[in-house]
Amino acid sequence: MLRIKRVPTVLSNYQKEEAEEAGAAGGCGRNCMRDCCLPGAKLPLYAFRNSDKVESSDKKEPPFAFLDSLLLGEWEDRVERGLFRYDVTACETKVIPGDYGFVAQLNEGRHLKKRPTEFRVDKVLQPFDGSKFNFTKVGQEEVLFQFESSEDDEVKFYPNAPINVERSPSVVAINVSPIEYGHVLLIPRILECLPQRIDHKSFLLALHMAIEAKNPYFRLGYNSLGAFATINHLHFQAYYLAVPFPIEKAPTRKITEFKGGVVISEILKYPVRGLVFEGGYSVEDLSNAVSDSCICLQDNNIPYNVLISDSGRRVFLLPQCYAEKQALGEVSSELLDTQVNPAVWEISGHMVLKRKEDYNGASQEKAWRLLAEVSLSQERFQEVIVIIFEAITCAVISESEGLGEEEEEERDVEDVDEVRDGIMVVAQECLVQH
Amino acid sequence: MEQQPMDTSFEQSINNRYSFWVREALDELPHSFTITDPSISGHPIVFASREFLKMSGYSREEVIGKNGRMFQGIRTNRRSVMEIREAIREERSIQVSLLNYHKNGTPFWILFHMFPVFSKEDGRVIHFVGVQVPIMPKPRRSGSEFSRIEVNLYENGAGFRDTVLGFCRREVCSDTVAELGRISNLDQVLSADTELTDTACKASDLEKRRANTAMSNILSMLTHYSESMGRLVSDKRCCPHNMSRVGASLNISLGRIKQSFVLTDPHKSDIPIVYASDAFLELTGYSRHEVLGRNSRFLSGKETDVSTHLQITNSIQTGKPCTVCILNYRKDGSPFWNSLHISPVRNSSGKIAYFVEVQMDLNCGRHENQNVGPEIRQLSVVGAVKVAVRSSGMIATTSDS
Repeated sequence: MLRIKRVPTVLSNYQKEEAEEAGAAGGCGRNCMRDCCLPGAKLPLYAFRNSDKVESSDKKEPPFAFLDSLLLGEWEDRVERGLFRYDVTACETKVIPGDYGFVAQLNEGRHLKKRPTEFRVDKVLQPFDGSKFNFTKVGQEEVLFQFESSEDDEVKFYPNAPINVERSPSVVAINVSPIEYGHVLLIPRILECLPQRIDHKSFLLALHMAIEAKNPYFRLGYNSLGAFATINHLHFQAYYLAVPFPIEKAPTRKITEFKGGVVISEILKYPVRGLVFEGGYSVEDLSNAVSDSCICLQDNNIPYNVLISDSGRRVFLLPQCYAEKQALGEVSSELLDTQVNPAVWEISGHMVLKRKEDYNGASQEKAWRLLAEVSLSQERFQEVIVIIFEAITCAVISESEGLGEEEEEERDVEDVDEVRDGIMVVAQECLVQH
Repeated sequence: MEQQPMDTSFEQSINNRYSFWVREALDELPHSFTITDPSISGHPIVFASREFLKMSGYSREEVIGKNGRMFQGIRTNRRSVMEIREAIREERSIQVSLLNYHKNGTPFWILFHMFPVFSKEDGRVIHFVGVQVPIMPKPRRSGSEFSRIEVNLYENGAGFRDTVLGFCRREVCSDTVAELGRISNLDQVLSADTELTDTACKASDLEKRRANTAMSNILSMLTHYSESMGRLVSDKRCCPHNMSRVGASLNISLGRIKQSFVLTDPHKSDIPIVYASDAFLELTGYSRHEVLGRNSRFLSGKETDVSTHLQITNSIQTGKPCTVCILNYRKDGSPFWNSLHISPVRNSSGKIAYFVEVQMDLNCGRHENQNVGPEIRQLSVVGAVKVAVRSSGMIATTSDS
């Protein structure tokens, strides 16, 4: 069994040391999200439009950014109510010189007052354990709103909706240790107490949240167990950072086109190897391709991180092995000393540093060196691609099969014609020159 | 409804800077280009050349006031779009291949060359010019039947010969990797013989030259017509950025926020307004130049309770947010009850850089049918401003270094 010791991040003000937690069971009275406190409780409810077309080219100016506004407003309200452990906007931050623009933040307060805890890192899927901290234990004041799919084709908002236990609401809650402004947790069907494990329905919900926010600087992330998730209760994270992430700047090479028009590419010239999913004729197409891949990884016990970027148009999938290396003692002490846990945000290029000297000395090379440790080796990555593609049943087109790829493109063109409602369209046709 | 004063502001954007015949002169240039104004909310197109309209299939009325993203479509490379967005934020020029869409839905490849035009007097970005050079199809070496695809247009087919390009060659690595050496000096991580993103189409040197020629022609035209107005423009930032207002990149981010608010600078004497939103101008009836540089107390009048000013001053001195209800006056003298929320806004160094003041007209029932409560809407402005200011500082740090 592989374990690492690390200081867990405090996501909720109700997250106590485990020992304390056990003692605190029983009489609640703290307005939590469990049966004891839910009767009569109300929260705003945002229901997103359930349309199946990917918004590709906004020919019209997007309507009022409703979710964006709700989220920012409710979050700022919690700032003014003093629910956060620190003011993240008072933490110094900078773009590190270099072409990729890695982002560093000095956050000396995030990990104080916590002793290291042991985490098992060799099992991506572990059963939910109700005796440990989970999000049903957060206070209702930490929950911003309920988030669900609308019954019809319209955005609905109810400022004061009862929490319907039977309907098992998905909720958005604050992270009391934010790493940037607007840091929240999306907890799908919170009352079902799902373990940290991607399923189709939950990933689709996360993708919808990225789309609804209509803001390319609001991204969602996911960490599997073994890839630096600290709480085994299904959740996605999200926050605002209005600069591009280095991973978004990395070039990509198309590997294949999956059913539903989803294009799967490989990330190039980036320290962490991974896949990018984009396109798709509907949100579900893109969502299913990603979910299928995630499910395959977790079923094969491969830890991974997911980044949903560009308002839900691009999804990065990154299998990783840092925790495993760390448990096996294969990570240099120099890297370990920085105490950077390479979860989805770090892998995407946003580094939260705890020591002033690391912040002052931050460089692209150092960030690169750390992330290179996170990545699978080229051989292992190719193996993993094969595992994923076998699972999601689509053929890998090797680089040498240029002609085959061209046919792929041809088909593409026809598909594009179909979606465009029979309008005669000549899509771009790219020819190979060798 | 929200856009009533806009038509004139698009006109003004050009008229304020350049003398009378500039439109005619620009239209005579054989180039396809648009001019956009980052200081107007939504960063709209304020001028589109005749050649551009021909190439895109839209009428002038259909594009003026719109954002350039209206020409993008499902197959447009998202990374290229991101690169353009970042170039705007960093106020620099960019040259990138882009798949645009004609009004009739036909996609075509262009070399998009965008550059900022600075004001000589204060170094601010006045406009961005986006030149669009069509990328010519390259005959395929093997000479197969795919080498040319006839473009079949069902409407006004003539005149598009140059511009509607159904295809281009697939991107092949070698020469582009050289370009990417700029992106990473760590290329050894991956072997160089990989193909780049298949959706990118590369411009030839000829097309790049055409873009550069267009740029210098347009610039000399703009410079000439700005000279006679005595408000010279330039392609380079000539003087250190005057911080009496906020920079163009912050301006663009703030322009996305539709509610009424101002930013004030507590580090300047008498805490002047350095940014005012369109909705603020609409609410108060003032124009932007009448507002910038003044302390926001000019909205007060004879019936305004002096003690509320003390509360505001106190909030600013202690760096704490506060909400007050204050009687303010519009330019026409009509009073309104303003529920004013004030909050400090920190920059990327974590220091207070501005105060944001968000106004809410208490008598105005306009927001009633919007379900997010007025207080949350007001706080959402604070949040959006905090995100914009924090991030814009991070960028500035890089360009300084």
